[in-house]
Amino acid sequence: MSLLTLIVLLGFLVAAVAPALTSLLGRRVKFVLVLYPAGTFVALWLMVPQIENGNVIVESFSWVPALGVNLSFLLDGISALVGMIVSGIGALIIIYAGGYLRGHAQISRMYALLLFFMASMLGVVFSANLIGLFVFWELTSISSYLLIGFNHERLSSRAGALQALLVTGLGGLAMLAGFILMGMVGGSYEITELISRADVLRAHEFYPAMLLLVLLGAFTKSAQVPFHFWLPNAMEAPTPVSAYLHSATMVKAGVFLLARMMSILGGTDWWHYAVSFAGASTMFLGAFVAFYQSDLKRVLAFTTVSALGTLTLLLGLGTEEAVRAAMLFFLVHALYKGALFMVTGSIDHETGTRLLDRIGGLRRAMPITAVTAIVASLSMAGLPPMLGFLSKELLYEAKVQAPFASFLLISLGVLSNALMVGVAALVAFRPFFGKTKDTPKHPHEAPWSMWLGPATLTLISLVFGLLTAPLLGGLWNAAVISVHPEASPVALKLWHGLNEIVALSAFTVLLGLLLFWMRDRILAVSRPPAFLRALKAEQIYQLMIAGTLSFAKRVTAVFQDGLLRHYVMFVTLVVVMFGFWSLLAAGPIEFAEMSGGLHVHDVIIALVMLGGALMAAYSNSRLVVIGSLGIVGYGISMIFLLYGAPDLAMTQFAVETLSVVLFVLILARLPRIKDIVSNVVRVRDGVIAGLAGILLTVLLVIATAEPLSSRVSPFYSAASYLEAKGRNVVNVILVDFRGVDTLGEITVLAIAAVGVFALLRQGSKEGKP
Amino acid sequence: MKSVILSTVVRLLLPLILLFSIFILLRGHNEPGGGFIGGLAAASGWVLYLFAFGSAEAKRALRLEPLHFIILGLTLALGSGLFSVAAGKSFMQGVWLDAMVPVLGKIGTPVVFDVGVYFVVIGIVLKIVFALAEEEGR
Repeated sequence: MSLLTLIVLLGFLVAAVAPALTSLLGRRVKFVLVLYPAGTFVALWLMVPQIENGNVIVESFSWVPALGVNLSFLLDGISALVGMIVSGIGALIIIYAGGYLRGHAQISRMYALLLFFMASMLGVVFSANLIGLFVFWELTSISSYLLIGFNHERLSSRAGALQALLVTGLGGLAMLAGFILMGMVGGSYEITELISRADVLRAHEFYPAMLLLVLLGAFTKSAQVPFHFWLPNAMEAPTPVSAYLHSATMVKAGVFLLARMMSILGGTDWWHYAVSFAGASTMFLGAFVAFYQSDLKRVLAFTTVSALGTLTLLLGLGTEEAVRAAMLFFLVHALYKGALFMVTGSIDHETGTRLLDRIGGLRRAMPITAVTAIVASLSMAGLPPMLGFLSKELLYEAKVQAPFASFLLISLGVLSNALMVGVAALVAFRPFFGKTKDTPKHPHEAPWSMWLGPATLTLISLVFGLLTAPLLGGLWNAAVISVHPEASPVALKLWHGLNEIVALSAFTVLLGLLLFWMRDRILAVSRPPAFLRALKAEQIYQLMIAGTLSFAKRVTAVFQDGLLRHYVMFVTLVVVMFGFWSLLAAGPIEFAEMSGGLHVHDVIIALVMLGGALMAAYSNSRLVVIGSLGIVGYGISMIFLLYGAPDLAMTQFAVETLSVVLFVLILARLPRIKDIVSNVVRVRDGVIAGLAGILLTVLLVIATAEPLSSRVSPFYSAASYLEAKGRNVVNVILVDFRGVDTLGEITVLAIAAVGVFALLRQGSKEGKP
Repeated sequence: MKSVILSTVVRLLLPLILLFSIFILLRGHNEPGGGFIGGLAAASGWVLYLFAFGSAEAKRALRLEPLHFIILGLTLALGSGLFSVAAGKSFMQGVWLDAMVPVLGKIGTPVVFDVGVYFVVIGIVLKIVFALAEEEGR
């Protein structure tokens, strides 16, 4: 068994058994569940030496070979890096969630969903086939939906969840279209193959379309302007979820996709301008809005938006330096933001609030949490000796050496980073220093399970900052090479000596501290500028949703007024209209010669059926109508029988019988025919029904005029016994040749039965059938 | 509305109808018949029983919830497809035992699939009919 496939599939398995394990083991279950992410992390760690020099490990299983869809996985630098972030932070989150939701009735659901997400995300990271990647990508959206809506009794949770699902789902669909275009042009869905044909793709006339579609997927997932609004609303999720999905991992999937696509779609002007522009505006807007927030979680959410913008900007620049900076910042941000979110969760958990102006002086009550938050904020602010300092140095270097608009990028970058420093100071000082305030709960230190995670992440930020080259160098260089194959490995150093970049850093920190110091005064005199408030993409979203709903309501009111007879009328009318239209378009009709002549019994059956049909149309008695329809049905069965379709005849007999039974059961509830049918209605329905009958007859005549297609029928007759070992061709087709169709059909039937049941229950609850 | 004649006849007929439905189900591979028709026949038998004894009694005699029939059927159908995957073929490609089984004839995954269809059809018809009958009784 191949390792990557095993990792991904095992994740789904663990997720499936997590609820059972939870009810079996109780609180200790987290120690069992954590083995999966921890094991994955160790396995990937051990694999790093194999891929350090740019090697790629590929595993492939054919899935739908006819469509070129394979379940294939690859491990290279970036997938190892992101895979380790996902599994490493995942392990800590499992422990943290155990503490955060301790005693919660539905904690097993949280475990199951977190693991389900983890497996999906690892699937995205390792996928080497675009279609496979898309499937896992959508699975992450679905798990995110379920996790944001974890507290599903709250309206705001459900709204946030739905919004995230719709926005990312829309992007996912666009991305699928882009992938299909790429597959059409490149002739394969395998990423490695596409990389080798990148020139063909970039030169193709569809290139702008595929790029735009794929970018839509990446931008919605990674909350780039103007799709950024779903991320702050996703903060309705319980904090473990926000820390894991909406800061460290899932939202990075878009950035990851950009990195993956860079060697296929990157390097063009289209790419540079579209990606950098989205990234730069997101970077600035996120940092700016974050500064004005008062809810600690929303502060962090907007800084996450800003960080995602930074990453996108770097990949848009696409230079060697930019990719280096991006790969390091990817890790740095996951480390400090995951930690800070968990800290926020601890504060919320222990004090009952996370509004900045209601907490203060917590350093005495929560010393471990306070130290963690302060050190993590150092990394966020980009101060030595944290890993964040290194990444910010690289960031500035990339911007200074940017191929275009370098000055603009540096100014925007310094401003955004200064705002980030201000926010970092806010997060580090506001809750823990100053006057102790009255909080809804009496604060005390969080349990070990809730400080272990953030403390570990922060410690890693510190240790990696001090010992970067030996611990991280190999993986980091491998990640850079996997995104930018021409890049040469360099050594990471904490101190580069005094140069312009250090000067920029120092200036940024000073400006940031100034902003922090002035924050109350700035907030007192200003709101975010009007143009930013006018740019509420969320309102457009709300308008679109409301418009769709009201349009659907109006259409439904016309075509689906709740009366079954009208539904049947509309369906028949549409069929008749389009049927005759296409007949007219097809030109003159050739009628077949009658062959074989008429038998007496044919005529008799036809007359009986005709009588039945007329009776059903004219009678005013419900019982007579049902009986007459039965006559028509049995007549059809007789014809099936006479013309050599015993299977159909048997089925038709059984169905007719059961329909009569069903009618008998509801007979008393059917409306009286006189009450609902006037003469006008009878004529109208008669005309529609007559037209439908004429249409069907004409179609049959045309169909029989064509010589019977000779290939299909003999094939099934011959293959039926030889390949499927059955002599009843009809049944063999149903259960073997077209078995997948049948499986679909019985599934639909089962769903329909449940639907009927639910409708009946609903009706009886409301007091009417 | 209890009829002695109906209830007596049904008591005798139900086992026969069920047996007949299984016969239709199993012969389906070579002669007219199959899971769908078999399922309809079996369901008709139970509907007769319901008319004779009422839905509460019919449910008791059936023992399983109709929904469980649906679940059983879908599981069998899906399982027969996955079995082929486990046997190293592609999804739903037929896997057959070489030996003939007495009475049943040749056994393979398509037969299991057909049995799944049989149970799904029974479950669906009875689910709807029971729901309607209870609605009527209310």
